[in-house]
Amino acid sequence: MADDAMVCADQVWKSFGKLWVDGELMGYRQRGNVLHETKTRDVARQRAKIGMVFQRFNLFPHRTALENVMEGPVHVKGVPRAEGERDAVALLGQVGLGDKLDSYPAQLSGGQQQRVAIARALALRPKVMLFDEPTSALDPELVGEVLDVMQQLARDGMTMIVVTHEIGFAREVADGVALTDGGVVVESSPPNEVLVKPRQEHTKLFLSKVLA
Amino acid sequence: MSSIASPASVAPGNLKRPRPIKAVPVRHWGRWISAAILLFAAFALGWSLAHNPHVHFATIGAYLFKPLTLRGVVVTLEMTAIAMVIGIVGGTIVAVMRLSDNPVLRVVAWIYVWLFRGVPLLVQIIFWGFLGALYPTIFVGIPFVGVVFGRGNTSALIGSFTAAILALGLNEVAYAAELVRSGIISVDEGQHEAAYSMGMSRGLTMRRVVLPQAMRVIIPPMGNETITMLKMTSLVSVISGNDLLTTVQKVYEQNFQVIPLLIVASLWYLALTTVLTVGQHYLEKRFGRGFGHANSARAERKASKREARNG
Repeated sequence: MADDAMVCADQVWKSFGKLWVDGELMGYRQRGNVLHETKTRDVARQRAKIGMVFQRFNLFPHRTALENVMEGPVHVKGVPRAEGERDAVALLGQVGLGDKLDSYPAQLSGGQQQRVAIARALALRPKVMLFDEPTSALDPELVGEVLDVMQQLARDGMTMIVVTHEIGFAREVADGVALTDGGVVVESSPPNEVLVKPRQEHTKLFLSKVLA
Repeated sequence: MSSIASPASVAPGNLKRPRPIKAVPVRHWGRWISAAILLFAAFALGWSLAHNPHVHFATIGAYLFKPLTLRGVVVTLEMTAIAMVIGIVGGTIVAVMRLSDNPVLRVVAWIYVWLFRGVPLLVQIIFWGFLGALYPTIFVGIPFVGVVFGRGNTSALIGSFTAAILALGLNEVAYAAELVRSGIISVDEGQHEAAYSMGMSRGLTMRRVVLPQAMRVIIPPMGNETITMLKMTSLVSVISGNDLLTTVQKVYEQNFQVIPLLIVASLWYLALTTVLTVGQHYLEKRFGRGFGHANSARAERKASKREARNG
């Protein structure tokens, strides 16, 4: 799926790595051996296929939780309002926020906001989801509720690329793990190898710091 | 007598908030004294005006609600409203152009703001008023190739009202553009990223995500601009724009009651700006949605007051 293994999520477009989703190259068109940047409109269409969850949530503060989740389907994809609302209610229920539909982001805790953000990304029925350190901005006691939602997504078969420092979570949930430094993959393999029996000194050093 | 809560009452699972402390507030004697002095000064000023033979209360009363004056008020309101609509719509377009990726749009917007902000409004008003002296005829068509769809005499096409509105509106576009731009910049970069990640186009991102949030920053100074505009319309008296000031000027040129008629105009300007100030307050409330600091602070104040009453 991803060419040069994984690239840091927020560098996807301007990186040395290429990314295919559903067999479609993202961000470029290949004509012979020459790569052309895709037009803004096509980039937008491609982005809708990829769900993105940010470190700092980036919910729309002037819209309620429900409106945040409805925004993409209704205003980007043109789904009818009633249908968009029904789906949004279901998605917010799925992330455990069925009772917070009409709350504004400012009235929600960090963990709740991040779960709304996950529901918002899911609402566009993405083929793959990117998580950019989804729990780094959270209080320790709120990390669990977000990881639980992500774990459920993984069980349901969602393809996810997650940038995280949650080593325990990565070991438990991931199919593959890569340690990157400065945009370069240091070591990549199944989680039990990288995280339990690392080969590179760099990885060992990192793990000794994080797990200490 | 109040008593200190015994440790038994804070057993686990039975946590109680401590009661708010009752204390005598600090007395502010200085405020009372200064208020008394100012009230006395205000009374003295009021008395000097009330007993001033030059004020002519009868004249003020006679002209305050005369149809002539009211027509001037209506023209002033029309000019303010139309010029502000031009200013806000045009200003939003120019602001988005200035922040565009497209260098052509950026330069055009920059030059526009530079030109219309750089020439004094009074000069612009006179320019538009005397446009006929610069271009005696106006035609719609393609220059140099002789294609003309319509042609007309400038002074017939652009009367003093149109000239006034063009001058005020186009000038306001430049100022509004800067206000809208500062509002757009104030919105967190993460909001753009989130919108783009959902596949939103630039236009949709502006309309649905960025501008609604920028409104919160734009509205207070824009209300200020509207109030300024209401008063700026008085400048069009130099091209006799039939606004409120022009109207009262025409009257006092006849009857020499300068002060009473200027007071009539001032009372109307004050009344209108007061109405606009109230309107601005409600607009700010409307666009403060989701930023509940004012609301939650008020709720907290009320809650603590209620607690103090009940406790």
